[in-house]
Amino acid sequence: MLQVITFWILASVTVLSAFFVVAARNPVRSVLWLILAFFSAAGLFVLLGAEFLAMLLIVVYVGAVAVLFLFVVMMLDVDFTELKQGFLSYLPFGGLVAVVLAAELILVGQAWTEAGVVAPASASTTPDTVPNLEALGMLLYDDYVYFFQAAGLVLLVAMIGAIVLTLQHKPHVKRQNVAEQVGRDRKTAVTMHDVKSGEGLDE
Amino acid sequence: MTEIGLSHYLAVAAILFTIGVFGIFVNRKNVIILLMSVELLLLAVNINLVAFSSFLGDLAGQVFAMFVLTVAAAEAAVGLAILVVYFRNRGNISVEDVNLMKG
Repeated sequence: MLQVITFWILASVTVLSAFFVVAARNPVRSVLWLILAFFSAAGLFVLLGAEFLAMLLIVVYVGAVAVLFLFVVMMLDVDFTELKQGFLSYLPFGGLVAVVLAAELILVGQAWTEAGVVAPASASTTPDTVPNLEALGMLLYDDYVYFFQAAGLVLLVAMIGAIVLTLQHKPHVKRQNVAEQVGRDRKTAVTMHDVKSGEGLDE
Repeated sequence: MTEIGLSHYLAVAAILFTIGVFGIFVNRKNVIILLMSVELLLLAVNINLVAFSSFLGDLAGQVFAMFVLTVAAAEAAVGLAILVVYFRNRGNISVEDVNLMKG
């Protein structure tokens, strides 16, 4: 019984906070609603028995992605009131499309479960004896090891892309240039001046 | 109502997906909300994958959900980097001016 109550609470909190993500006027609040949505979705994952993915959702989404969003929202100096213009003009059409889409998706889901379609033979059956994390690890590092490496490659490319996009060289910022610094000798580095008393040097 | 089955989780994921699509429709000016809507779409897909994985007893769904998570993180990083560069060039983040970027 407690499971049922927990499901309904988590599901409604997820859906409500997801709605406020797109409806909130202030983007900072949107990000905070997004964090709440991820958190309750992680709760749903725990209910489904996917403990490792739930923890991953909290660590990756709440800990990294949402904080990245928060960082960018606070860094950009944008007038957020004018960004909400056009919300009402697109609301009827967007709402219509959303309602039709939701009805269709739910209908398909219900029909699929009602029809009792026999599931195809499992590619990798969930073992009963080992915990979720261990089973997932065995599967990931045995059957899906190349996909795992490819996922790492995706992250590497994304990291390089983000750095290349945002890195900028400003003219007055001094940087390390090893060849130039090592190549200095006495002739280029030291000059002799005859400074008169009370006047100083004017470069 | 008293028995939580696969269809309940599918319904939650469907509503979440719809809210993501709705957010893309109505927020025509704010790219940040747009990116957050894409995150919601990917979260809905993840819920679907994990629900099917749990009810069909096939662990491969959770592995796939992990890969979706990876792609979502990469997408957020690159999207926000593009957003920062765009803001530096134009001084706003309006979606309607993005076509000026061509060339």
